[in-house]
Order: sequence, then C-alpha cells, then structure tokens
Amino acid sequence: MDPEARKVIEMGYGGSERLTMNMGPQHPSAHGVFRAILTLAGETVVGVDAVIGYLHRCHEKLGETLTYTQYPSIASKTDYVAAMTSELAYVRAAEMIGKIEVPKRAQYLRVIAAELQRVASHCLWLGTWCLDMGGALGGGATVFLYCFREREWVLDLFEALTGARLLYGFHQVGGTRYDIPAGWDRKVRDTIDLVERRLDEYEDMLEGNAFFQARTQGVGVVSRELAQAVGISGPLIRGSGVNYDIRRAEPYSSYEDFDFKVPIETAGDCYARYRVRMVEFRESIKIVRQALDGLPTGPIASRPGVKSVGQVRIPKGEAYARIEGARGEVGCYLLADGSAKPYRMKWRGASFSNLAILPHILIGCKVADVVAIMGSVDPVFGEVDR
Amino acid sequence: MPPAVHAFIVAFIVLNVIIGMVTYVTLLERKFAARMQSRIGPYRVGPHGLLQPIADALKLMMKEDVVPRTADRGVYNLAPIVFLIPCMLIFATIPWAPGLGIADLNIGILFFLAVSAMEIVGLFMGGWGSNNKYALLSAMRAVNQIISYDLPFIFTALVPVVLTGSLRLSDIAAAQQGFLGWFLFYPVIGQLAFVAYVVTTLAAENRVPFDILEAESELIAGFRVEYSGMKFALIQLGEYAHVIGTSFLGALLFLGAWSGPGPAWMGPIWFLLKAMFVFLLVTWVRWSFVRIRVDQILAISWKLLLPASLLLLMATAVVVVLRGGAGA
Repeated sequence: MDPEARKVIEMGYGGSERLTMNMGPQHPSAHGVFRAILTLAGETVVGVDAVIGYLHRCHEKLGETLTYTQYPSIASKTDYVAAMTSELAYVRAAEMIGKIEVPKRAQYLRVIAAELQRVASHCLWLGTWCLDMGGALGGGATVFLYCFREREWVLDLFEALTGARLLYGFHQVGGTRYDIPAGWDRKVRDTIDLVERRLDEYEDMLEGNAFFQARTQGVGVVSRELAQAVGISGPLIRGSGVNYDIRRAEPYSSYEDFDFKVPIETAGDCYARYRVRMVEFRESIKIVRQALDGLPTGPIASRPGVKSVGQVRIPKGEAYARIEGARGEVGCYLLADGSAKPYRMKWRGASFSNLAILPHILIGCKVADVVAIMGSVDPVFGEVDR
Repeated sequence: MPPAVHAFIVAFIVLNVIIGMVTYVTLLERKFAARMQSRIGPYRVGPHGLLQPIADALKLMMKEDVVPRTADRGVYNLAPIVFLIPCMLIFATIPWAPGLGIADLNIGILFFLAVSAMEIVGLFMGGWGSNNKYALLSAMRAVNQIISYDLPFIFTALVPVVLTGSLRLSDIAAAQQGFLGWFLFYPVIGQLAFVAYVVTTLAAENRVPFDILEAESELIAGFRVEYSGMKFALIQLGEYAHVIGTSFLGALLFLGAWSGPGPAWMGPIWFLLKAMFVFLLVTWVRWSFVRIRVDQILAISWKLLLPASLLLLMATAVVVVLRGGAGA
C-alpha cells in the first residue's frame, strides 16, 4: 500500500489502539503463500495490504521456451488443484491458431476430465474452507477429511486414466493423449454416485448448523456491481447474481451437447458462494454421466501421438482461449510464429482476478471473517503467481 | 493418621493420577476423533497406539525450550505455572467416593468455580509475556470470553446446589441416589441444566466451537504460539486437566457421581466412566462444529445463555420452594 493510502487509514481510525498484523505468507489459512498485512482496530480490519508473488515461477517465460508438445504437462502446474483446466486452455489456444480439428470423442473425453476435475477441486475447496472456519482441531478437520476421502477417489480415476494423480499431461494439441482404459467408465459411474450421496451428507452437516450459518451468511458480501467492476469470475460472480458461465456463454469442447444448469445466487455472501459450488458439484456429476452415456467412438486425436518434442508446429497467428475452470475464467493467450514454440504466451488466472476482490470486502470484517472470506474465494497460488 | 497427613497422601495420589489421566485422555480424544473422521488415529507406538501419550510426553520433555528475544521473560516463564496451578487445584474438593477426597469443603463447589476461573490469569500472562501479536489478540479474546461465560457456567452449576440445598460436593453427590435420582432425570429442569452445563463447559474450556482464543486458523495457536517444549506441555496439561475437572464436576452434579450398581468400591470407577461420558460428549461437539466469531460468542453469552441460565436458576428455586424445601 502506498504511504498516502496508509496515512488515510491511520488518520481515519479514531481509536488509539491499532495493530498491524502480518497474516502469511506462512499461516495456517494462507491457502498457499498469500500475505495480507492487516491493520486492525481491536478485532476489526481497517486496512488490508495484499502481497502476492511468493510462488512466481516464470511460467509465461517457460511457455516460450517449451514446445507445444512439452508445455501442456507444465501448464498443469499453474493451477495445481485443477490441473486439467489449464492444460485444456493451452491446447485450445494452439488449436485455435492452427485451426486444428478435435475429434468428437476427444472433445467428450476433455469434458469428462474437466468436470471430474471440477468435482475434485470443489472437494478441496469445501474441505479447506471448513478447515479455515472450524479449525484443524475441530469440526472443520472432520469436513476436511471427509472431502479429501472423496477427492482421493476422483484422483484414483485420473491415475487410472493418465498414470498421474496431480499433474496429468492428459491433453495434447489436436485431442487427448490417452483413451479411457477398459472398465473405466464403470468405475467413474460408481465414484460419482458415491460422491453424490456424500454431498447430501455434507449439506446435512453444514446447512442445518447454526454456527455454520452465522459464520457464512452476510459475511463478505460482494454486490453485483462490485463483482462486475472488479472482474471476478466463476462461482464468485454467480454467487453475486450474475449469470455468467463460459460453458454456456461461449461453448467449447462440445459443451452445447450437454444439459446442465448454471446455478445463480443473489446474496453475494460466503453462503451464496457455497451454495453455487454445491450445485455445481451436482451439475458436474450430471455432465459426466451424460458424456459417458453419449461417448462417441473414433480417434482420440486428429494428430499422431506424441513421438518427439518438436513435432507440433503452429502457423503464425494469435489466439485467446478461455474456459470455465473450477475457480472461474482461465484464459490462455498465445502468439505463434510458425515454429514449434509459441513466441509469447500469457495466462489469465481465475484466482488472480478473483483475489482482487479481497481488499474491497475485507475492510470492516473481523479477523475470523478474513479467513472465512479468503476460503470462500478459493484462490490457488500457483495460478495467482504463476 | 492425622488428617493433614491423610490429605497429603490423597493429594499426592490424586495429582499423579490426574497427570497420568491427562496423557491418556488425549489418546482417548484422538482415537474418538479419528473414528468420527473415518481415520484410525495413533497406531504406531505400542499396540493400537497405546504408548503414544508416553512418546508425546517424552518428545515434549526433550524439545528445545525457545524463549523469544523480545518476550517479557519473567511473565513469560511464570505463565505456564500460573496457568497450571488452578487447573490442578480444582480437583482438591472433588470427592471420589463417600469420604474419599482431599478436602471436603462445605463450600466445595464455590471453591471449584472460583479456582477454575483463575486460569485466565496465567492465560493472559502467557499472551502478554510472549510479546507476539497473535498471542496478544488471543489473550484479549480470552479475557472477554471467560468473563462472559463464567457467569452462565456458575448459574447452571448452581441448579443442583439449589436442588440439594448444600454447597458441599459430597452432599450433592449423596443426594442423587439410584438411577432416577440423578439430577439429569429431574423433570425438565435437570435436562435443561445439563444441556446448558455442556454448552458453557465448552466455552469455559475453550473448545470448538468456542475456541476463539486458540483459533489456529486465525491466530495460529493463540496465547501459546511462542511456547515450546515443557512450557507448552504444562499449558497443555493444564488445559486437559481443566477439561477433565469440569467433566468430573458435570458427572457429579448431574449424573449421580459414584452411584451405580455393584459394591461400594466400584463407586470411583462409575464416577470415572460418567466423567468420561461427559468428556466424550464435549469432544463430540468439538469435532463436529465450526468455530464461531468473537462478537457472536459474546452475543450468545449475554443475550441467550446468561438470561436463560438465570431464568433456569430462578425456576429451580421456585420449584424447590413449592415442593417444600431443598432435598425434598
């Protein structure tokens, strides 16, 4: 924060006891390496200074030095909680420049992977968010462990599909790298049935709980206008009453084939964001079922499988591909110069843009609300700092 | 044997039994929580993790004792002991069986409540002496919370006193003979008072959902964030001793203390089992709720629990008078 703005805060608060407290980058609920320098008047936050960049790994420069075959598996590392989405954004940008056709089967496989990833990512969000509010030595840890149990099952599916549990390298330019193994769809159906039943348990455990409601309802309210002005996306903007989902607004990868609902809540508080994500859980499961039912036969890629790192060349051009990730709009801008590597690449991280809402809504909250709001924003710092 | 020697011997035994119990109660809680969370819990040290508490205690003893450079050394070093003493003293008046106790004071329950409220002194010293902002915030929260919750805690604990007509803990225990004689089964009043007791106990013991002073997701570990090694162990010991003490008090006030089937020597065992029941009840709540906020915690206390417990106490008094005096 610049000195002038800090002076306003220092002058604006009339009391004599003010505390500057460092929350992060090493803090139990920093969700990675977020650092918030809070100015407190008693327990109330009067100033927030957000510091990011502790996890910067030069991802965009890395994108210029790696070929179109190599980078998709590195793209996973931007948003490591939902690795499938960033891979998809990258290969889609390359396909848009090269006007590369993607076979229908590959499109469906991409949808299945993306939606399973959304389920896994939301599991992690719910668990860590409750951990923030309930504590590692309380009910929060219980929800956290339940959610992790379910996330593990989804990761088991990815392991059977790609051989990896966190960073997959499932996508390649022109399709997917792997086809589904025998018996996989049966396993997927069993898993999502189970997750769907468990969702009822979570809702029973949380929604009827007066303490949970007290901690989330009316906390961290983002108005519709503020949401649009700051440019947040994903469950956050849908929790503020804006009907915006890229899967619906600008369908990619055959999303127009599936019947699903875009949940909207108007309250804009933490509870609304929670409800949006809970409905998204179920909608994702619905989409996976539909995609498995209608999975077309045919090739999984329009290009030959990966044999050498330099085999994909994209003609000159530029494109911006955006997809609806678990946290919002994930965008990838590529500028190709005709070689096997992009000339320039740029990420639009959903978490990075969503994080910008924090200074607007943290002022006036209690310290305990800071962690609840941060958890409801659900940032992943690999994606913020890149 | 002179009474002083007798009391000294009993006190020595009780003190050591409590310290031993604290270590194993942590194991009980961890196993119980693990079951709730579909985990196994401690399993490696000894059969079914039975030696885990010993390993933990040894580890804490061998750890380096770090004192922050800017800490107020005197206050910082004294705080764990000041915190531990009241937490241990509360066992002084609890009768373990008819005639078996350290000191059967005629104001036993008053002593218990007064001493148990004194833990706040050590707590605040720890928070202040650490010279850490998280610890300081936690200490401020602690003072707020203990002041707010001791009142309803005392009022609910007084309900059995009014029903019995005595402040002596052994009298209260003796007044609950037979299964249906327990004050838990006293029509309406008993159940309400027990629920209120469990809720206020949670707050008085700083457990989730009222553990705002520990609040590890906001304040890391609150007032004990700077403590390590044996000083941390002392604070932990005090905290669990306090939990066990209030569980014993709950079992004594509402569950008939040592009354139960079997010969008289079974009394202390029944008492222990009932106290563990109260303890697990508190643990159950702890592992299934989210923490509430500091302003909400105060609102619940002053707007709901305090008037409710006062009303309950008054209603009890009215019932007792209508039924023709205490003990009737």
